[in-house]
Amino acid sequence: MKKPMINVESFHDGREGKMNSRRQFLKIGGLAVVGSSLFLYSCEEEGITDEEINALDAKGVNNKRVFNLGKGDLAILNYAYILEQLEAAFYTEVVNGSYYKGITDAKEKQILTDLWYHEVIHRDFLKTALNSIASPGRVAPDLEFNFSSVKFGDRDNVLLVSQILEDTGVSAYNGAGNLLESAEYLLIAGKIVSVEARHAAAIRDLIRPGTTYFAGDDVLVDLLGTGIAYDKATSPRDVLAAVAATGFLETKLITNNIPTN
Amino acid sequence: MNIIKFLDDISNKELLETKGTRRDSFNQMKSVSKNFALASIPFALAATSKKTSAATMSMSSAMFQASPIQVLNFALTLEYLERDFYEMGLDTAGLIDAQDRDVFGLILRHENSHVDLLKKALGSAAIAKPTFDFTGKGLNLDTFSNYETFLALSQGFEDTGVRAYKGQAGALIDNDDLLEYALQIHSVEGRHASQIRRMRGEKGWITFEENTLPAAFSAIYEGEDNTVQLGINLSGKFPGFGGDAAVTEAFDEPLTMAEVNAIACNFIVGMDCPS
Repeated sequence: MKKPMINVESFHDGREGKMNSRRQFLKIGGLAVVGSSLFLYSCEEEGITDEEINALDAKGVNNKRVFNLGKGDLAILNYAYILEQLEAAFYTEVVNGSYYKGITDAKEKQILTDLWYHEVIHRDFLKTALNSIASPGRVAPDLEFNFSSVKFGDRDNVLLVSQILEDTGVSAYNGAGNLLESAEYLLIAGKIVSVEARHAAAIRDLIRPGTTYFAGDDVLVDLLGTGIAYDKATSPRDVLAAVAATGFLETKLITNNIPTN
Repeated sequence: MNIIKFLDDISNKELLETKGTRRDSFNQMKSVSKNFALASIPFALAATSKKTSAATMSMSSAMFQASPIQVLNFALTLEYLERDFYEMGLDTAGLIDAQDRDVFGLILRHENSHVDLLKKALGSAAIAKPTFDFTGKGLNLDTFSNYETFLALSQGFEDTGVRAYKGQAGALIDNDDLLEYALQIHSVEGRHASQIRRMRGEKGWITFEENTLPAAFSAIYEGEDNTVQLGINLSGKFPGFGGDAAVTEAFDEPLTMAEVNAIACNFIVGMDCPS
């Protein structure tokens, strides 16, 4: 059996060709039967019938291959939960690695320790919150990660990956904000995203201390010609594609119907 | 419209109308809003029907909701304040350590952009810049002669900014563009806050209500010790992961408009602070 592939596929833009997309989706759903990946998918109500979802769930969840990311706010919360799982798993590896263990600067060590704590707290909080609003089959499963490409003994490499994850987290929450229908969930996303931004600045300052790198032009963008002074806001599909490109996720994601507006 | 009257109006209404629903507040705000040329707003400020009912239902009925114009002018006031503060600091010879000038230069550039964006979004509804007094009026702070004071106020303004934007996100939930812009500013304020805090020897994140600012500004950190999120009490749940200290660090808390104004009033000439 082939190793699970890490790939985000986009079949349509979520607004047009729903029937066509549904057929394509069902074809992909069929592939899930023979593949060994866990598939994550999300369906808008127009895209696929409940019977079809149930059939796929029955086929997939039982075999741990297909997971319905859900629709609306549930999909976005599951998405956030997936990102926090990734961050928490990464820092868990970091604090068990030789770079972290050998850190002599107390402040540097505190930053990495705190990031580990915070991401574990975010992850476990989202899991609890999701389980309080959705049945177990609708909550994203514990994902498997593979960080073999990271050199956990190498400061530069660990900090670079940390920077990418934190910057991505910021842009992901910013891009998810207007996909949320509930003001309560929007507030929670706001409570988390500014902490991710604090993390990103701290990690960047470890890389280039005392410089403007903490909020550098390399990561910020312009809005309406007013200057480079804004964090990105990235759509879930683009974030998941970037996450897939890291190769850290041992899970295939299919996100053709995650909310886009 | 006069900024002081604007801020007084929204602060008073916020206190008086805490039982109003979002829709009620919106209607009551029309009397304030009519002073603005609504037609000149370049962005779609009108509520789209899509999310209104969901937002109304999920908002706590005790929570005040300002109109998008009020939110943007409120944000603009804070951005004016930050911009003037950094501009005056950088213009004061010998105040800022040479090694820190690049950092403050970047932050000033960002605040300038934020002012420009908010003014663009508001069009003719944008309020004029108030006059600021960074001595904190009666507090007689040595803001521009003592770098430690300047740094402390910088931290206070950035942490307040993060809390202020967060507190207004819900009021923009029906305006996708404005909400996204506000979020894109909000996290940059978070980066600033993290940097300044660490320059002052604090952690980049807020532990309980701890801070090293002058006592007059304790309100900036009030409520940051919250451990209940979405009704889930996280206190005592993470003994192996930094405990409740880390729980409070992992979530930044919002401030209401009235709470922010009660902080900002110390620096705005002509605006009385609540007694």
